[in-house]
Amino acid sequence: MAVDEQLKSEMARQGIVVTSLQELYNWGRRSSVWPMNFGLACCAIEMIATTMARWDMARFGAEVFRPSPRQADLLIVSGTVTKKMAPQVVRLYNQMPEPRYVIAMGACAISGGPFKQGYNVLKGIDRYIPVDVHIPGCPPRPEALLQAFIELQKKIDAQPLTGEGRPRFLDVDAQGEFPVPEPGEHDLEPTSNKGVWTVPVVIK
Amino acid sequence: MSDMASTPYFSLAILFFAALGFGLAPLGLAWLWGRVFAPPKPNAIKNAIYECGLESKGDAWVQFNSAYYLYAIIFLIFDVEAVFLLPFAVAFTGLGAAACLAMLVFVLMLVEGLAWAWAKGVLTWA
Repeated sequence: MAVDEQLKSEMARQGIVVTSLQELYNWGRRSSVWPMNFGLACCAIEMIATTMARWDMARFGAEVFRPSPRQADLLIVSGTVTKKMAPQVVRLYNQMPEPRYVIAMGACAISGGPFKQGYNVLKGIDRYIPVDVHIPGCPPRPEALLQAFIELQKKIDAQPLTGEGRPRFLDVDAQGEFPVPEPGEHDLEPTSNKGVWTVPVVIK
Repeated sequence: MSDMASTPYFSLAILFFAALGFGLAPLGLAWLWGRVFAPPKPNAIKNAIYECGLESKGDAWVQFNSAYYLYAIIFLIFDVEAVFLLPFAVAFTGLGAAACLAMLVFVLMLVEGLAWAWAKGVLTWA
């Protein structure tokens, strides 16, 4: 049950804090998102810079980079996903416990970027796993990663705990396993996860 | 009961159980939260052994050869020896016969240790 915004601000003036379990729960979730200690290419350098003193991601509660997917909430796909690396990325995503989120950082991670025409580069990680926030740029500046993180926090904050649009981990029927692609003869098999990504129709 | 409460160790016993509870309560609550509220979505990939994203080969319960332990012990002996030998070598020209004799005894003791290890077959990797 949502709290009336007007009533809430009125009571806050009187010194009474009113909240709902959902707000409290989401506040806790968004304030301690632990990213995975995982870098793929040059974007990872920017990601490292973001965690250091100058940009200081710790201000948003995300300084605890976990070296194991078992303890991580957020996968920052920072850099070029080659077709050799893609199965590992998808497997790591699978090994993270719910709730889990993904930020695709940089031109390569969102589309293949400057290597899009290359035979060995995946044209966007969202072919296999659901991406919450895409960041363009080559590489994106640390401010861009911070903004993406703030956007993710907004998304977590707005998620209802019940009913339509609730997070996947609270939905019993939601997909939990994302198939890990295997290297095939010419390309990864399958070339994309049909449940996550729809193959665009190319009109020539 | 009054006897027990009057012993000086009674407060320590209370503190011991308080400390135990302080440590165990969060673990228990976390376990309870995991059991009751966290909806598990297990699958074969998620439950697999974590190996940096690669498919794991073999079992995670690898046993290390105990020979590593003996090597570490021997390394430790000669590591410490080097610490003592360096100042000895630097001050060698200014040292008396007694100091040289003491150092000789020290080195001979270590050599004895090495000879023992050699005789025991530690130096051959099994």
